[in-house]
Amino acid sequence: MSNEVIIKNAVKRYGDFTALHGVSLNIEKGEFFTLLGPSGCGKTTLLRMIAGFNSIEGGDFYFGENRINDVPAHKRDIGMVFQNYAIFPHLTVEENVAYGLKARKVDKKEIDRRVKEALELVQIAPLATRKPSELSGGQQQRVALARAFVIEPSVLLMDEPLSNLDAKLRVQMRSIIKKLQRRLGITTIYVTHDQEEALAISDRIAVMNQGRVMQVGTPSEIYAKPENPFVAGFIGVSNFLNCDVTKCEGGVAKVSIKGELDIDVPVRKSYTGKAQLSARPEQLFFSETGMPGKVMFSTFLGDFIEYEVELFDGQTLIINEYTKDTAKVHEVGEKVFISFDATRISLYDEAEEVLSK
Amino acid sequence: MTDRPRRKLKLDFWFFVKAGVILALCLFIIYPFYTILTKSVFSSKVEGVTLYNFQRFFTKKYYYRTLLRSLVICSFTTLFACIIGVFIAYVMTRYNVLGKNVLHVFIILSLMSPPFIGAYSWIVLLGRNGLVTQALTAMGLPAPTIYGRNGIIFVFTLHLFPYVYLYTSGAMNSIDSSLEEAAENLGMNKLKRIMTITLPVVLPSILAGCIMVFMTCLADFGTPMLLGEGYTVLPVLVYNEYMSESATDPYMASALSVVIVACSMVMLALQKLVVEKKNYTMSTLRPPQETQLHGVKRFLASFPVYLVIFFALLPQIVVVCQSFVERSFSGVVQGINLNNYRAILKRLGQNIFNTYAFSLVAIVFIVILGILISYVLVRKKGKAANVIDTLIMFPYVIPGSVLGIGLIVAFNRKPLILVGTAAIMIISYIVRKLPYTVRSGSAFLYQMDPSVEEASINLGVSPMKTFFTMTARMMLPGIMSGAVLSWITCINELSSSIMLYSGKTSTIAVAIYQEVVRMSDGTAAALATILSVTTVISMLIVFRATKGKVKIV
Repeated sequence: MSNEVIIKNAVKRYGDFTALHGVSLNIEKGEFFTLLGPSGCGKTTLLRMIAGFNSIEGGDFYFGENRINDVPAHKRDIGMVFQNYAIFPHLTVEENVAYGLKARKVDKKEIDRRVKEALELVQIAPLATRKPSELSGGQQQRVALARAFVIEPSVLLMDEPLSNLDAKLRVQMRSIIKKLQRRLGITTIYVTHDQEEALAISDRIAVMNQGRVMQVGTPSEIYAKPENPFVAGFIGVSNFLNCDVTKCEGGVAKVSIKGELDIDVPVRKSYTGKAQLSARPEQLFFSETGMPGKVMFSTFLGDFIEYEVELFDGQTLIINEYTKDTAKVHEVGEKVFISFDATRISLYDEAEEVLSK
Repeated sequence: MTDRPRRKLKLDFWFFVKAGVILALCLFIIYPFYTILTKSVFSSKVEGVTLYNFQRFFTKKYYYRTLLRSLVICSFTTLFACIIGVFIAYVMTRYNVLGKNVLHVFIILSLMSPPFIGAYSWIVLLGRNGLVTQALTAMGLPAPTIYGRNGIIFVFTLHLFPYVYLYTSGAMNSIDSSLEEAAENLGMNKLKRIMTITLPVVLPSILAGCIMVFMTCLADFGTPMLLGEGYTVLPVLVYNEYMSESATDPYMASALSVVIVACSMVMLALQKLVVEKKNYTMSTLRPPQETQLHGVKRFLASFPVYLVIFFALLPQIVVVCQSFVERSFSGVVQGINLNNYRAILKRLGQNIFNTYAFSLVAIVFIVILGILISYVLVRKKGKAANVIDTLIMFPYVIPGSVLGIGLIVAFNRKPLILVGTAAIMIISYIVRKLPYTVRSGSAFLYQMDPSVEEASINLGVSPMKTFFTMTARMMLPGIMSGAVLSWITCINELSSSIMLYSGKTSTIAVAIYQEVVRMSDGTAAALATILSVTTVISMLIVFRATKGKVKIV
């Protein structure tokens, strides 16, 4: 049966190096949950701790009510899809899929039925008697998937399952995985370093960096309201600008950007002093007044134009302007003024904590 | 980091494997050698602990000249083997030599044949009553002699150049052709490209091959014993001191053994240095191009290769032919028939049975231990694995005759008397030939992704059951190709057998040696043919099973 996964204060050490600094997560039953982060952030380490392949140096792991810290890997009832698929090379496709059911001593007839059903779900039923060496990467991926979910595990783990596929197949498999997970309702923990993939596939995402969880939220929350500069920079494109909060009154901060432009940003707490502002390319726009700059480069991308604008102090900003919103194309070398969508940009204090609402 | 949990000693299956393997290796390698070491510092002539034996070794010409001779033989053999091996490797990898795949197999076969059969066969050709010698004498021409220093070097070179060839061609095939193209593009001419790019990149491999040649030479007993006559080298002296009827001195023999082992250790240390440098990791996207030669040029490139391989395989051919020739005691040909085979079946059936029986038993142990040890070395890394890794290397340093002596002195007294039994023969085969299987098995396992095992565990099969039903089974190709090499070297084993055999436990190799000494050429040839045929069939099985990708070195 599918189950919720609760991780309390997980710690992982390799000698003197701490790979995870007390990570806590609540993953709901039936949720598609993604661990996202750059390589070395600890996401695969955490996944392998859940699977039972890495020792746990601290913290508690629960599947529902059951603490699984001391349960050996083969008794945790987890389905796992490995990065390189880990298909058993000497077994046929159906034998691969039946492997976990045999280990569970499922009745022979029942095994046949469930294997057939699983292979149909991943659309490789005609390949049942093939050997793995006769399969393409995408087909092996489907075998790995079928083998993992056919045992109806309480949790399904996926370790960068799409990273070995070419771009087109990746998008295709992504939607197959997503639909399958919806249909079966298995709690799924998915590891990837590809932010686009994470945004597309997940119910919720935990963005990780250097062994810590930086933010947990739905894809839109994480994109629209990054809680720290790391998340703002890692997910999507962000322009970072140093600024000062000169005054804070009634939930609105007066922000002075490089002494050139003042904007009013709605904030959740009172703060004055040095700050950092992050704005997506679509949260900047050209206007009559604002920060002076010069267009250095423009790229026409169909539905929008991406401009690189150099400010007076040499910093470059990326600005996207939708072609449907404007008729005018700015020329390279043209002097422009830039304004900010003050209600949507993110503002961080010196401790890199979010101020903006 | 005070709250780090203390490593608990897990008393699981692998703990017992590690403990058992270490214990067995200590008992059958370290303890025998330790016994030799302690014996070497005693003497029947001096009271108490003494360096008398070593003093005598380094001051008496009778002793120290054997070391010098060994070094001379090893050095020249290595030099010649290096020249021939590198040349053939270059020609074979870069030019369209006719029938190169078959030639490659032939070269490996000549390496796998027992070295003393080469020596014996050259005696048949160039010995005192040799076929070629007689023919040349009849024509009034001076015949070269195969006995003595030059003969030993000649036979060793022809037998051992494949080591250099195999290492070097392996490295040359893994040079991406873009490396040389880059050098060409930067303005280097062909000779300069070879000198500045190709050679430096393959040099570590060449050196590794050379060291293998040197160490095999240093440890080999059969060839210099048969060919040396008065030219005694160190391993032969050890045998004489220990086994000859007159004036045996086990203390001196032990001291001599220590000297050999010390020499090998120096070489092994050199090898370690070379291997560390060997790690040019290259991504071979485009294998080196083969230059297509035509007509005379192709012949000129192929001819030297054919010549060398012909001489390397000649002993095998001679032996097989000789086995069908019946001779009287004085050497007169009586006819071409199967009488030699009838004679050995009647007289030496026990030896033939022993050879196969002992080797089979040894191979069963080697396969089981090979699987377990390879797994420990690759997947259970740690202190115990390091200890096993080091111990496994010991048989490379301790020549067979020395290990033989060690086993005798260690196990000729209570509580464990093994001398004269089949067990001691089998044990010496297992410890000495295990490395082939472990190396091949662990190399194979390194390439196997651990996630396959994890997938099995993850699907609910316990780690133990996963190992036996999944991992061990998938390791089999690697283990088996190593095991065939272990098997071939077991049936051809002479240097420790000759120390350890008793009347009932003698083997084919020992019998060949004795028959040659008794000048009974026909029966020796028949016995050698049996070994050669077994070797060839075994090799062909591996080639087929591994599709020619067998790793000898």
